[in-house]
Amino acid sequence: MRNADVVIVGGGPAGLAAAVRLYDLGITDIVILEREHQPGGILKQCIHDGFGLTRFKETLSGPEYAKRFVDEAQKRGIPCITDTTVIDVSADKVVTAAHADGMIVIQAKAVILTMGCRERTRGAISIPGTRPAGVMTAGVAQAYINLQNRMIGKEVVILGSGDIGMIMARRMTLEGAHVQAVFEVLPTPSGLPRNIEQCLNDYGIPLYLSHTVTDIRGEGRLTGITVAAVDERMQPIPGTEKDYDCDTLILSVGLIPENELTIGAGAELDPKTKGAFVDEFCQTTVPGIFAAGNVLHVHDLVDFVSMEAESLAEGAAEYIKNGSLPKAGIAIACGENVGHTIPQRISGEKSFHLSLRVRKVMKECTLTVSQGEHVLLTRKMKKALPAEMINLNIDAKKLKGTDDLEVKVV
Amino acid sequence: MKHYDVAIIGGGVIGCAVARELSRWQLSAVVLEKEPDVATGNSSRNTGMLHAGFTYKPGSLKAECAVEGNQEFDRVAAELHIPFRRTGKLVVGFTEHDRENILKFKAIGEKNGVKGLRMIDREEMNRIDPNAGGEFAMYAPSSGILDPMQYTIALAENACRNGAQFLLEHRVTAIHREGESYVIETDKEEVAARWVINCAGAYAADISAMLGYPRYYQRGFKGEYYVLDKKAGVQLSIPVYPAPNDKGGFMTHATPTIDGNVLVGPDSYITEGREDYANRREQLAGLVRDGGKMFKQMRAEYFIRNFAGIRWKNCNPETGEVLDFIVESKRECPNTVNLVGIESPGITCALPLARRAVKLLLEGEKAQGREVKANNRFDPVRPRAKRFYEMTIEEKTAAIEANPDYGQIVCRCENVTRAEILEAIHNPLGVHTLTGVKNRTRAMMGRCQGGYCQTRITEMIEQELKVTPEEICYQKADGYVFTGKVRDCE
Repeated sequence: MRNADVVIVGGGPAGLAAAVRLYDLGITDIVILEREHQPGGILKQCIHDGFGLTRFKETLSGPEYAKRFVDEAQKRGIPCITDTTVIDVSADKVVTAAHADGMIVIQAKAVILTMGCRERTRGAISIPGTRPAGVMTAGVAQAYINLQNRMIGKEVVILGSGDIGMIMARRMTLEGAHVQAVFEVLPTPSGLPRNIEQCLNDYGIPLYLSHTVTDIRGEGRLTGITVAAVDERMQPIPGTEKDYDCDTLILSVGLIPENELTIGAGAELDPKTKGAFVDEFCQTTVPGIFAAGNVLHVHDLVDFVSMEAESLAEGAAEYIKNGSLPKAGIAIACGENVGHTIPQRISGEKSFHLSLRVRKVMKECTLTVSQGEHVLLTRKMKKALPAEMINLNIDAKKLKGTDDLEVKVV
Repeated sequence: MKHYDVAIIGGGVIGCAVARELSRWQLSAVVLEKEPDVATGNSSRNTGMLHAGFTYKPGSLKAECAVEGNQEFDRVAAELHIPFRRTGKLVVGFTEHDRENILKFKAIGEKNGVKGLRMIDREEMNRIDPNAGGEFAMYAPSSGILDPMQYTIALAENACRNGAQFLLEHRVTAIHREGESYVIETDKEEVAARWVINCAGAYAADISAMLGYPRYYQRGFKGEYYVLDKKAGVQLSIPVYPAPNDKGGFMTHATPTIDGNVLVGPDSYITEGREDYANRREQLAGLVRDGGKMFKQMRAEYFIRNFAGIRWKNCNPETGEVLDFIVESKRECPNTVNLVGIESPGITCALPLARRAVKLLLEGEKAQGREVKANNRFDPVRPRAKRFYEMTIEEKTAAIEANPDYGQIVCRCENVTRAEILEAIHNPLGVHTLTGVKNRTRAMMGRCQGGYCQTRITEMIEQELKVTPEEICYQKADGYVFTGKVRDCE
């Protein structure tokens, strides 16, 4: 067994950003373990642009965005061991991974979990029907088309208005497929407004809200689906069924933080985010194990993924030096219309970054962070969308005592 | 036209068991299977339960073969290197009426020779598994769980190793007798054989008619399932069945799988479609409702996949009464063995039924003055390397040292390595589908359903088998995955 100050699980935009910032804070004994052949995570297959506007003030493609961090890590000589799959992280921070040269076992002082997320599947949402070829998630379709030069179908329907689904609608259209429509079970789109404009409207692809797929047909290959309108409880409305002939059904029905290692390490998960409970240092409930990026909560923009990972470096460095961090005794409650917050707990000793999402589309609303009767912050907003994260900085000086906080949007 | 001693129609668990038992003898045998792999029909569409035998009419083939198959299975699993666990089973009740029905079956079980059946109270149930529903239960210690796909594949591979041939993607379309042989037409080439054994499962009644037996009346009892995440699997250690209804049928149950998932199902309703394996919205809703009574952790966040299977039962056409398995060899249909209506507990009964079928064949040969010699080179053992995920860290280290492909994990959810995928791609039966790899390795079977590894596996199939993208298929021969390349630039 070897030792390292920090082991980072996953060399995507979160892991790389955390590594670079840690290095610059003087923590240089870092190992990044990456399961794929190259670092960069899912960005490798995201060849569209629009990345980096917040972080770099310019628009980059996914591979370009990733390269910025890959280059920074390489410049510092931070080792990134690729083709390496971590199979276990223990509470006492022993990381075990498989590699063609043998098993890798590292005792770390701190572990940073940046495994990203996976896509929800057909099975997870129980779509009825047969099980032919031609039904796949948007990310699989994207990998086939953008990384492997494999075309997956000609007549396409997309379920779910997630960003990757809409981006794949455009991509498939550009490559000569006919994308008939995008259906979304919710009354509001799940993806960003800019993607609705640039990926659907610009190509004349209709988006039907409050609709879902109720049947899948075909034995060998998909031959068609049935779509129905849904009521406010998201149940199909009888009589609204419509059949579509298609050979491909792409699912963009949500992302789930990939937290099997987190659970194995004994960290508690927040049922709201499906990621770990963390404090303002992005430390999980297991001391010295940190998490950031999509493994913690699903982000709208990769810029925020990197920035969140960068923000944990200071705390992680402090933990490595002192063996502990201030206890996070103040809880942050989700008040009216707030779906979740990161962090869920704070120490109260430090100013911190708060990110959250609202539960529903709201216009002319006010966000309030309060501590009992005491209001720390209010922000007036023209609109708030569930698809967009809200990011705030909260000054520790405004906190009064150790009562719990509440965030609401009304 | 190729000539065999025996043609077995159907590569389900029965056909593969018959092929394996036949390969103990010096007889050339061929299995004709319409799909690109074995176990694509109902052999893979069931609970994977090794039944104890307490629900079947005393004296029936179902009862006799279930008890026989159950008792021998530790040896069978060891020979074929398939994972198997005698979990026992709880048949749980809530009401006094349930108790009466359970006691009825306890008496039947005892008559059938099932050992160790006893009634237990909630307190003892809690010691066995607190997540099991119900107020009281019958505990059946001899029930067990296995992977029916692995089992069927193992039987097929063992038969193959001992000399049986498999012709996949060969659908039998007609059979006629020419001289002393049968000529079997398929959608590919014709095959000739002295003997024909009908193991066609869902299509057994059709083949039965082709051979000159009656077209037996069958009804399809369809059942749907949920597959739950291994996170649910760690919360259930024993199959939990509800009390049988007055007709002796079991509805939705919850069963841990040998690989650590949970199956919830099947429900039961009549279907006309021979391969109507589609899931229906209202049935799935029913599974959620009824499954929750058996397994307290039936939660939507655990859903991975759904499937359905159909039990084609021999029935009395007048009364609808469910009849026994049929295993027969009639003089009017010379040199044939007919197995019809083999449904649940078909997995448990596969080898006992196969032995009975082979016995009928050997008796027929003897009556015609043929002495069939034993195959002295028959090896009952089907070797199988330990799975990476089953290995200790020392074993993993040693495996990687011997073969670095063990150090490359392809399927993240199930920890399946490149070495195991390659072995599956080059399987002895020559199966080339994506689900062929899936059923042999568990890659793509986990919670991400291939989101991470499917693209890697199709790439490996293309490279290893040197096929074009268009030739890759998912499960069926016409189930193409790709329409071609995006750009012609490679």
